[in-house]
Amino acid sequence: MKRIVMFAAAALAVVFAVGSAQASTLDDVKARGVLNCGVNGPTGLTGFGAPDDKGNWTGLDVDLCRAVAAAIFGDATKVKYVPLGSKERFTALQSGEIDFLARNSTWTLSRDTDLGLDFVAVNYYDGQGFMVRKELGVSSAKQLSGATVCVQTGTTTEKNLGDYFRTNNLELKSVVFETADQARQAYDEGRCDAYTTDASGLASERTQLKNPGDNIILPEIISKEPLGPAVRHGDNQWGDLVRWSFFAMLIGEEFGITQANVDEMKASSDNPEVRRLLGAEDDMGKMLGVDNTWAYNIIKQVGNYGESFERNVGLKTPLALARGLNELWSKGGLQYAPPAR
Amino acid sequence: MTGLVDRASGLTGSSVPLWKNRTARALFYQALVAGLLLLLTAFFVHNTGVNLAKRGIASGFGFLHGIAGFDISFKLVSYSLTSTYARALLIGLLNTLLVSALGVILSTILGFIVGVARLSNNWLIAKLAAVYVDVIRNIPLLAQLIFWYFGVLSTLPGVRQSIDIFSLFYLNQRGLYSPVPELQPGFGIIPVALLVGMLGAVLVSAWARRRQMLTGQPFHSFWAGLGLIIGLPLVVGLLFGFRMVWSFPELAGFNFKGGFQIAPEFIALLVGLSIHTSAFIAENVRSGVQAVSLGQTEAGLALGLKRGIVTRKIVLPQALRVIVPPLTSQYLNLTKNSSLAVFIGFPEVVAVFAGTTLNQTGQAVECIALTMAIYLVISLIISAFMNWYNRHIALVER
Repeated sequence: MKRIVMFAAAALAVVFAVGSAQASTLDDVKARGVLNCGVNGPTGLTGFGAPDDKGNWTGLDVDLCRAVAAAIFGDATKVKYVPLGSKERFTALQSGEIDFLARNSTWTLSRDTDLGLDFVAVNYYDGQGFMVRKELGVSSAKQLSGATVCVQTGTTTEKNLGDYFRTNNLELKSVVFETADQARQAYDEGRCDAYTTDASGLASERTQLKNPGDNIILPEIISKEPLGPAVRHGDNQWGDLVRWSFFAMLIGEEFGITQANVDEMKASSDNPEVRRLLGAEDDMGKMLGVDNTWAYNIIKQVGNYGESFERNVGLKTPLALARGLNELWSKGGLQYAPPAR
Repeated sequence: MTGLVDRASGLTGSSVPLWKNRTARALFYQALVAGLLLLLTAFFVHNTGVNLAKRGIASGFGFLHGIAGFDISFKLVSYSLTSTYARALLIGLLNTLLVSALGVILSTILGFIVGVARLSNNWLIAKLAAVYVDVIRNIPLLAQLIFWYFGVLSTLPGVRQSIDIFSLFYLNQRGLYSPVPELQPGFGIIPVALLVGMLGAVLVSAWARRRQMLTGQPFHSFWAGLGLIIGLPLVVGLLFGFRMVWSFPELAGFNFKGGFQIAPEFIALLVGLSIHTSAFIAENVRSGVQAVSLGQTEAGLALGLKRGIVTRKIVLPQALRVIVPPLTSQYLNLTKNSSLAVFIGFPEVVAVFAGTTLNQTGQAVECIALTMAIYLVISLIISAFMNWYNRHIALVER
């Protein structure tokens, strides 16, 4: 009898407790003392988000997690990394398991609307490409009719692939795998003639092949893949913070503020935008709901966008990606931050 | 309810109050638990709905009519890049059913052989079977699937270095290619002959059974039936001609064209599932056979029957009653385990629907609900059939 009463009480408690607990994400994160950041899983994507041999997460996306943590806590290490596969990433964000998603996800209309998400920025402009073995003698994606293509499930890739082959009247045979690792392995073993994913992903995956040099990436880019961080729809304050944490890194690069000279810039720069950004003037941080030294902390601890790019995916890394579209707009690229004013 | 009323009225005027009445209390608590469960379910449904609406996530099954636009490599019925999500679901479902049905048949055959082998008097055979069972049962299925796919099939030669078997069959990393007959008009008579042969086999077997009941004379109805099923279509084909053209696999462009291709994903999944499940079935068979008292065998031998007949006609029918119920759960396991196919690239219902479709449409709740409903229905059907079979073979006492 006693047990039944307790069970009933517990059940009712559950029913009423879950009802209405919806504080703002920023308050939740501050109270928790750590940022839950969704990154590429289960094994990561080299250069964008992957654990190194000591288990520390590094990458272009990971730097976004660190930047937001630096803005909130003044400490870029206060991040709990949650590795997510392509299928569960959005559900994890919707359900509140993570505070934001920094996992090379493509900004699309349906994801922006149907999924209840907001994409707040583009930290990597990408496009889908193909990798083939050199011995195949193929020099263009248009020659791939009848070819077998390995692809990872749960991405925009699968549908782009279908669209491209359909519009070009090519015959498609695709083999779809759960993870990028398995798709790459199947390609490497020869199950497929081609492997397709975002061009940056191809560069990353190529470093993992048995003989990277035997494979080429075809020139065609068959889609636009603006990759960027996503937050839950409806919490604009939180969206603003994530967006401006990224912009702070861009503005940092624009004005030549680096990890090395940020202290000096803060102390002696007479550029008003730099002074505002670094918290020497005005209350930019307060407006975002964090400390005025937010951008200073980001650049001091994580670096500006250019530094992050070169460190993780740039020409001196195994990925060897050129800046290309991801160059600042002032140097012919697409990366453009609104003014910090 | 009537029990409650009867009890209560029967006790009118007695000193036992309603809350001390055992039936009344039982009913009350069951109603309480059922009510709470209902409340909890209603809460979850409501909560999901509210949260979906709050996050602005579209819901409903309208998306099924949208164009899927992705390719599915293995399909039993036609599917193209312009087919709908509903069609993609059908393709996935048929693939699940195909691999499950074939897996059930293969694992049953293999399981019975290994199970009986474990009880063999031959030391070597018995030990080999025991090792097989222990090794297979103790390695996770996913590891086995990945072994068969990446470890075994991937090591086959590439397309251009295919293993050539009489220039008819080709084996390479992309699977097994074989010639396939393309049917021409006038072929219809062969399946008709096959049907007649099967009907004949059933009749012969019924006749043989009755004759044995009446006279005790056995008749080789199995071989006669086999002869009818294979022989009759063959004779008809020879008389009227087999109206079909063979399509042979030929290397063209990237892959082989023509013929029939069995994808390595399918082979790996079928082999992995069948071998994994067969080890469990072997144990069911062993325990079932051991459950039959040794006296039955001895009695049969004492009557002068051959060992094979004793096993087939005395031991197995009794063992089956023990074997079938756990066999049912193995069939259910095999069907559900086929969902691991997503890791080796075979497009069954979970990969196609709970994977690709879910991600393209973002309709997580609907896709998962439909997928779960599909597995539930398949499981209930298997279960119902096996229960019927179990009753059918149950010991009939006269």
